Amino acid sequence: MKRLFPHPVLSLALAALWILLVNHWTLGSLVLSLILATLIPLLSARWWPYRPVIRRPLGLIPYTLLVLRDVIVANFQVARIILFLPNDRIRSAWISVPLDLTSPEAISLLAGTITMTPGTLTADVSADGRALLVHSLHAPDPDAIRDEIKTRYESRLKRIFE
Amino acid sequence: MILASALTYALGCFGVALVLNLIRLFTAPTVTDRILAVDTMTVNTIALLVLGGLKTGSALTYEAALLFALTGFISTVSFCKYLLRGSIIE
Amino acid sequence: MTVLLEILVAALLVLGGTFGLIGSFGLLKLKDPMQRLHPATKATTIGVGAALVASVLHLLLIGAGISWHEILVTLFLFLTAPLSALFLAKTHILRSLDPKVLPPTGTDAAWATLPRGK
Repeated sequence: MKRLFPHPVLSLALAALWILLVNHWTLGSLVLSLILATLIPLLSARWWPYRPVIRRPLGLIPYTLLVLRDVIVANFQVARIILFLPNDRIRSAWISVPLDLTSPEAISLLAGTITMTPGTLTADVSADGRALLVHSLHAPDPDAIRDEIKTRYESRLKRIFE
Repeated sequence: MILASALTYALGCFGVALVLNLIRLFTAPTVTDRILAVDTMTVNTIALLVLGGLKTGSALTYEAALLFALTGFISTVSFCKYLLRGSIIE
Repeated sequence: MTVLLEILVAALLVLGGTFGLIGSFGLLKLKDPMQRLHPATKATTIGVGAALVASVLHLLLIGAGISWHEILVTLFLFLTAPLSALFLAKTHILRSLDPKVLPPTGTDAAWATLPRGK
């Protein structure tokens, strides 16, 4: 079983994706989705030897809802800054965020979250993967933004992944 | 009625947005800005396609929107990869 | 009920169009290339997202059933926007940014994009 499905989550995602792409619920597309879900992970397993560990997968659901809410709030903030703040009053800043997370999946999820939420954007990671470089559109107080990233998102991801 | 006027408004907005992106494309100071302008144009085109599908009731435009989403992302990343590393597939 | 749904779809369309326009306007207005990445990733994505959700609701409204393609496009845009932004930021850092403006990493290693020895 483990040899046939090296990445069970990937297989499930592929099958679901294929069915959604076809957009019709027929037996034929189900069979084809199962074939693809078996073949693609098997053929690509060589380039992806480690299986990502998610300790509490259910924790991802409230996290997604939180991020979605923040994305909408973020957009109103960014729109306000673009429309009503003159350019010379926008104070952008580079922020270095030290990471407590170690799992690569958690770090990439955190980087994506930072990009989608209020006025911040992940620009780079340090070569040893211990810090993220974040650019903030309007940051009168850069330290507050760093603390918010750490308490609001990183601590939640740490509970889910580690 | 309210739906039709909202649809026209949204189509107009994304159309103007595309024109603004074109202006940006021609006046951009750096290469990164030009890639960004093209990327934003792709996203706006996806919106136009979806809204066009809503207006005409045709289901075909969604396939086009999906293809635009895929190729737009891949072209942005490969442009950047080329500028970053000098090659796309290492 | 139908009227409510129709108003919701119309509101989403107006919201989406406005955000798309603001995002593209931000590209022209902001002065620093790093600042310009912000509206491009956020405002345009939410603009298109709102348009796509409106399209899904509209298909429900006219009784055509739920279409998964819009949901796939939305999902795909939300997943790829951070990646495009990350790549564009890395390109900008490498090509046209003075590394001195970047803050220290706080660890022994440098930022990954910078050429070694800087």
